[in-house]
Amino acid sequence: MSFAEHLPVLQVVVPLVSAPLAVLFRDRLAAFLLVLAGSWAAFAISILLWLQVRESGIISYAIGSWPAPWGIEYRVDALSSLVLMLVSGVGAVVLPYCRSSIVREIRPDTHYLFYAMFALCLTGLLGITITGDAFNLFVFLEISSLSSYVLIALGKDRRALVASYQYLIMGTIGATFIVIGVGLLYVKTGTLNLADMGVRLQDMTSHRPVLAALAFLTVGISLKLALFPLHQWLPNAYAYAPSAVSAFLAATATKVSVYALLRFYFSVFGETAIFKQLPMEDLMLVLALAGMFVASTVAIFQNNLKRLFAYSSVAQIGYIALGISFDSVTGLTATIVHLVNHAVTKGSLFLLLGAVMASMGGVTLARVQGVGRVMPVTTFGIVLCGLSLIGVPGTAGFVSKWYLILAALEKGQWWLVFLIVLSSLLAVVYVWRFVEAAYFRAPRADLLQAREASLGLAIPAWILVGATIWFGVDTSVTVGSAAAAANMLLGVTP
Amino acid sequence: MSFSSFFSHYDYWVMLFLAMAGLYVVIARGNLIKKLVGLATLQTSVYLLYLVPGKLVGGTAPIVHTAFTLYSNPLPHVLILTAIVVGVATLALGLALAVRIREEYGTIEEDEILHIELGPAKNESPK
Repeated sequence: MSFAEHLPVLQVVVPLVSAPLAVLFRDRLAAFLLVLAGSWAAFAISILLWLQVRESGIISYAIGSWPAPWGIEYRVDALSSLVLMLVSGVGAVVLPYCRSSIVREIRPDTHYLFYAMFALCLTGLLGITITGDAFNLFVFLEISSLSSYVLIALGKDRRALVASYQYLIMGTIGATFIVIGVGLLYVKTGTLNLADMGVRLQDMTSHRPVLAALAFLTVGISLKLALFPLHQWLPNAYAYAPSAVSAFLAATATKVSVYALLRFYFSVFGETAIFKQLPMEDLMLVLALAGMFVASTVAIFQNNLKRLFAYSSVAQIGYIALGISFDSVTGLTATIVHLVNHAVTKGSLFLLLGAVMASMGGVTLARVQGVGRVMPVTTFGIVLCGLSLIGVPGTAGFVSKWYLILAALEKGQWWLVFLIVLSSLLAVVYVWRFVEAAYFRAPRADLLQAREASLGLAIPAWILVGATIWFGVDTSVTVGSAAAAANMLLGVTP
Repeated sequence: MSFSSFFSHYDYWVMLFLAMAGLYVVIARGNLIKKLVGLATLQTSVYLLYLVPGKLVGGTAPIVHTAFTLYSNPLPHVLILTAIVVGVATLALGLALAVRIREEYGTIEEDEILHIELGPAKNESPK
């Protein structure tokens, strides 16, 4: 077998191996370099896989050469290759940022452990995306979750501990529900392979365990992806985690859960009678709208910017769920495009906020007054990301909202178009609160000496800001891949 | 549901009772350690869900031999071994966090931590 054939497993193994090595070296610089090498290699592999999938279709890799329904299968298709590239790409950008950022936020003697946890979290997220095995998905989910609890708890503020504990409780309940769902499906079908499960469920005659499995999986994954009203863990976790961790998790963790939801809904349950009878679309629609409006409204009243944008994340997840609720190719394209666009937007936003935090010592609205004068470049970046959250043309957010509106029009739901625009106006309000504080107030006297962030913080942040703008102008990568993935999920040949 | 079908599936009822008891403790208790006990109970109940269907009365280990025709499925056991490891790791991390919270706040009661964070006025106001 050639090297290229083993890429799917290397995608997960390379960052996984870097974690224990980083611990063994017990040295800050060595750990950083190892994990950096691991995550850059993972990004390179994901690009190779994406190209390979685009050329020759689905890649199936049998771990240990055990063929698919029995052994664990790694499966890379249009959707997973895109998500892999997103997760490893964000990881590759955020990691160099960590080096300058955690110096201020985490005790130096624990830095090597931070890098090990970061590598494990990346491994888990990549594993969820690449695996085609239901139980393997749960194991990777727990790898990423456990390491993210640790990463959040490393925050300087003692509230990070409580936030991490709450996330641990909610996340573990979610993960346990997912195992219950997987267990019921396994008992029913006798297989753990997701694709095989989907085929076998089609000819099931008794529905009750499948119905229970669907319910448990929906609630479990929704807890993980912070779908309203199961989002309670998210704002505190993002607000008190170290800046780099907020950015990494906001950009990847919830997005990978969306991926898991899409997998179960469309690859496993998609063709079953039970799924077609249930009002899943209405359920998603109601929760999505509630999330968009309630979370955006709550965001308006936040005084800590990290909390403000964390609530905005919950609202943006509403848009992602809205796309799922259409159950059409355009709707799913909107979901997947927004998954990528929101990830780069929120990732860059939290990176820039981390830079503000480093210079100004905090990100409450009272403290960042006049930040537009002392840190003009960083503030401009935050405003650009804010425009993308609103959905202004020329930014990534516009493209996803455009497809959402197209999907709504396709269904003839004019009132939804109105609601999408109305909720964007709420985003205008909370972004405006930042703009007002940043540009129209004088900086606090003791903060006049604050300077622009160092290059180590600025360069990674601006790479993601650049991506936010680029995905708003050139949509061939995002929309092209998303449309291919949506067609594949719904079994439509374009 | 008939009486006999209830008893032929009693193991599932045990699992369900454990799961709901665990979930109830997580939600109802404010003590961080007790919450973790509830969480562990919930996780352990799931082990039963997997192990019960894997056992056949009179089944042997899966050995390919003409003398053995009926065998139990070993896969659920392997899966649950993994799940146990995950459960242990979660519990350990949860307890470690509880220790750190105790060091920082001097308490492991959820309402007292809220009281410290929000101040007495906010905490007492009705929701």
